[in-house]
Amino acid sequence: MTGSSIIFYLLAALTLVSGLLAVTTRMIFRAAIYLLFSLIGIAGIYFWLQYEFIAAVQIVVYVGGIVVLIIFSIFLTQQAGEQLPKQKLGRQLFSALAAFCGLALVMLQLSQHVFTETGNEPIEPNVTNIGNQMLGINDNGYALPFELVSMLLLAALIGCIVIALKIKPESK
Amino acid sequence: MTEPGLGHILFISAALFFIGVYGFFTRRNLVTMLMSVELILNSVNLNFIAFNKYLWPDRLDGLFFTIFIIAIAAAEAAVAIAIIINLYRSHRSIDVENAQDLKY
Repeated sequence: MTGSSIIFYLLAALTLVSGLLAVTTRMIFRAAIYLLFSLIGIAGIYFWLQYEFIAAVQIVVYVGGIVVLIIFSIFLTQQAGEQLPKQKLGRQLFSALAAFCGLALVMLQLSQHVFTETGNEPIEPNVTNIGNQMLGINDNGYALPFELVSMLLLAALIGCIVIALKIKPESK
Repeated sequence: MTEPGLGHILFISAALFFIGVYGFFTRRNLVTMLMSVELILNSVNLNFIAFNKYLWPDRLDGLFFTIFIIAIAAAEAAVAIAIIINLYRSHRSIDVENAQDLKY
């Protein structure tokens, strides 16, 4: 048992335990904080896999952006200190059963499937290679999806402003 | 406890996916349902990165899919939160049972 695998198991435990707490706790603010720790655990797994760029993007976009947005929306929509209403036991039980059966099915498939690795020379996932391929227009380039995503982000930006600014005529 | 490899990461990813599915089934609050969706999207990202690292290290395609999924998830979260706040303004509640009025 090397230090590397100890770190991996710690990160995996952090991710799974805080993810489980995020969907089961009845305090909504705590759920957001547990989600934050789960996302940090995933960023740690990316670091462990030596995909530093993706780990940095994960921390900047998810931890710094989306979780902060979720926390703001909790502040805007929830009363402080109020717990979420208790769910019906039957619904919880059947949801847990469905999730467990799905997990068992996926793990059964995974245990039977044999993955074949490629024998080619690996590419270093550093920022130079990522940048060259992302803006490349040759066979392996991702310039067109990049432009599409930028259009999507612009559309989402305008859409958010339009939705959030809508004033109901009868409220004034 | 063996040396971690592809199977371990796929297990984490599958477990996180079904944790998200469980949260999506049980929660009745729109913000917590959005959190469950984020967990599901993260498990997919983890899968892409693991396959890229262990099976096709000569390509960077899994990494690009992850980058685009993160960008789309950010846009989706922003739009969802705008809708949730608008729903709260008109109904004083973000319970999913009230959201059926959205179709009118």
